[in-house]
Amino acid sequence: MKKGWKELPIGTQIIKPGSSEDFKTGDWRIEKPIIDFDKCIHCLICWIYCPDSSIYVNDNKVTGINYDFCKGCAICAEECPKDAITMQSEVESE
Amino acid sequence: MPSLKQLSSEKDLFTYGHRACAGCAASIILRQVALVAGKNTIFVGATGCMEVVSTIFPYTAWKVPFLHNAFENSAATGSGIETTYRSLKKRGKITKKINVIAFGGDGGTYDIGFQSLSGAMERRHDMLYLCYNNEAYMNTGIQRSSATPFGAHTTTSPAGTVIPGKQQFPKDLTEAIAAHDIPYVAQAAPHNWADFTKKVEKALTIEGPTFINVLSPCPLGWVYPPHLSIKMSKLAAETCFWPLYEVENGIHKINFKPREKKPLIEWTKLQGRFRHLLSESNKHIVEEAQKEVDRKWNRLLKMAEAKI
Amino acid sequence: MEKMIVAKTGNEAMAEAMRQINPDVVAAYPITPATEVVQIFSSFVADGRVDTEFVPAESEHSALSACVGAAAAGGRVMTSTASQGLALMHEVLFIAAGLRLPIVICEVNRSLSGPINIHCDHSDTMASRDSGWIQIYSEDSQEAYDNTIQAMKIAEKVFLPAIVSVDAFIISHSMERLEILPDEEVQAFIGEHRKPYDLLDVDNPITLGGLDLQDYFFEHKRQEIEAMKEAKAAVIEVGKEFGEKFGTSYGFFEEYRMEDADLAIIALGSTAGTTKVVVNALREKGMKVGLFKIRVFRPLASEEIKKSLEHMKAIAILDRADGMSSFGGPVFHEIRSCLYESEKRPIVTNYIYGLGGRDIFPEEIESVYKDLEKVAEKGEVKNLINYLGVRE
Ligand SMILES: Cc1ncc(C[n+]2csc(CCOP(=O)(O)OP(=O)(O)O)c2C)c(N)n1
Ligand code: SF4
Ligand code: SF4
Ligand code: SF4
Ligand SMILES: [Mg+2]
Repeated sequence: MKKGWKELPIGTQIIKPGSSEDFKTGDWRIEKPIIDFDKCIHCLICWIYCPDSSIYVNDNKVTGINYDFCKGCAICAEECPKDAITMQSEVESE
Repeated sequence: MPSLKQLSSEKDLFTYGHRACAGCAASIILRQVALVAGKNTIFVGATGCMEVVSTIFPYTAWKVPFLHNAFENSAATGSGIETTYRSLKKRGKITKKINVIAFGGDGGTYDIGFQSLSGAMERRHDMLYLCYNNEAYMNTGIQRSSATPFGAHTTTSPAGTVIPGKQQFPKDLTEAIAAHDIPYVAQAAPHNWADFTKKVEKALTIEGPTFINVLSPCPLGWVYPPHLSIKMSKLAAETCFWPLYEVENGIHKINFKPREKKPLIEWTKLQGRFRHLLSESNKHIVEEAQKEVDRKWNRLLKMAEAKI
Repeated sequence: MEKMIVAKTGNEAMAEAMRQINPDVVAAYPITPATEVVQIFSSFVADGRVDTEFVPAESEHSALSACVGAAAAGGRVMTSTASQGLALMHEVLFIAAGLRLPIVICEVNRSLSGPINIHCDHSDTMASRDSGWIQIYSEDSQEAYDNTIQAMKIAEKVFLPAIVSVDAFIISHSMERLEILPDEEVQAFIGEHRKPYDLLDVDNPITLGGLDLQDYFFEHKRQEIEAMKEAKAAVIEVGKEFGEKFGTSYGFFEEYRMEDADLAIIALGSTAGTTKVVVNALREKGMKVGLFKIRVFRPLASEEIKKSLEHMKAIAILDRADGMSSFGGPVFHEIRSCLYESEKRPIVTNYIYGLGGRDIFPEEIESVYKDLEKVAEKGEVKNLINYLGVRE
């Protein structure tokens, strides 16, 4: 249930930092990036260019993709120096 | 310069779940800025794509304080925040160092917000102003701005049968702000994340007003497939259409000189907004545009050589 | 408590109140006839008589924009302007109110262009009456001073911005006797700064002023409307407390010889002073006339106005601005609408006067009372909307 005027904080404040993380954008995707970890050298290029902060990095290593939010722009695949990321049609992969 | 390893251990402060188009470079830019600026930073955004996509109530992509006031006043608004900060610091009510970053699109910066920006820079507020320049009013449906390139098709400078796109060269805002004699002015582009993040870091350490103009490729408005955003950024630098340079204390320094300057057409031919320029009858537009790029680049080279 | 008696203009009185409030930030831009407020305050800053950081903005739009930033960052913030300046602020007025920022503007009522004119009328503040700002009109310098101090407190009680205004030149530039409170009494009265939130609190980051669509915008506006309702109680509370502490109480309006009056004039600002003189003269002649001076126009005290006026036989509303609807001025419309709920529904007429600083004379006010007398006798109105002091 959306809050009424009596419950909302005043002045249009959004008090939950980063609340957009509750709004999934993964369903915008037509193509899905897949990382081939055999090829990946963990250069983090895909991570720095991802417009949607959807490349998981742990301890300086790329560990996967956040498909709940990845919009499938394919910048990561385009920029990967090792061609370790390929785009796969969402329709086929289902 | 922060390394990718260092950066990737920081938490994203501009996070996912925003509604920018897939492949939007402006969201890459803001993400990188927020990573470098860190949590003790207040952002002010002008009306435009980035404010709209990142703050749709009750969802915010910001994990740092963020304020949107209106379209033309993000610099003035930032100057107010900085002034309260200074006032409270003077009164001993706050001790932390806090950064103020105001940003706007090219519309909110080059055009309607130009006065507000000029005023804030002239008054010497200790803040960074960042323009993400996607070269048109994207949020309202791709209208021309004073940053739109010569010959580009927009919805208010359409490529018609008589007039082939925008008839004016873009305003050189970076130089206009440099003329305010503020301590630091820079031009950057997101493909060169190392150069860009270094500039942001530098701007935030310098006391006084600083300004960074960042080229922001836009798949929707420039009409190219989203995976090419970083390529678009790179080609703009390699053709010298968008030189990466800085003006520190009045001295111009070029941060990237291509070994071989690529022809402008290498960049324009990939974008739908310049599609009409590929026809034989519009060849002169391409030539004129190239001439202007050469003129400006040579001028910049001379300034950098002369250390002025 | 020692009050200081001095001679000051309306502008000086407002600047003095600003000095005593000692805000964190003042961002302003000069405009006749409010320029002095900005100038005087700048010298307070230059002489170290306030702790305020002053932002000499490059326009009123930026001045109020900076005020919004400054207040959102948790500062106590004030500014000053008039006419074109207020018009240039127009866009940001709504934003300041929507973000619930308790900014105070010391305003001088000057007519809006065009044609350009620097003298008094109320077209500037009337054009912003629906922007969500509390509006307090002042009859003289003393009220301007008292109102400025109260406005700060009222604004911070309900988290709405407030405009205190005085009539151009008539008050802004005329020297009058002024009682000034001791600095520490003013500070004690306004109290610690109350802020709705604080952007500088980087450990608890909030997002403000984001895109608010069909699903939440109305709720936020509903909150703002509620705050304006709450402002009614705050005006009364603060006005009463001011009286208890300093001797003069304030409310929504002042009723001057209204107890047994049959005919009333309603006015705002300096014209109320002129009207009082006329009321006294006509009372000598046995006419049952009174003046109803509106001090607070936002919030509109509709119930109270109805109660105070419904037993009148006839009422003339003086408007120093026209609504350009061909149907009279804004005060006329709103007060008349308050009386619609009454079963008695007195006759209400409208007089547009004093545009562009045109003087209003006691004889003209007297003629209005005479008109009212006739209207009340016959029970019918010949001219609902009248123009006072304009050449045919
Ligand atoms: C005073 C005012 N005029 C016009 C608009 C409509 N408007 C909103 S955003 C925008 C264009 C924004 O362009 P830009 O600053 O380049 O940002 P972009 O959307 O391209 O990211 C316009 C014209 C407005 N919000 N306010
Ligand atoms: S860009 Fe390619 S190689 Fe580099 S981390 Fe990403 S997937 Fe691995
Ligand atoms: S496809 Fe785009 S959004 Fe998805 S992970 Fe790659 S860069 Fe990020
Ligand atoms: S229109 Fe362009 S700038 Fe706006 S969100 Fe889409 S890609 Fe980004
Ligand atoms: Mg733009």
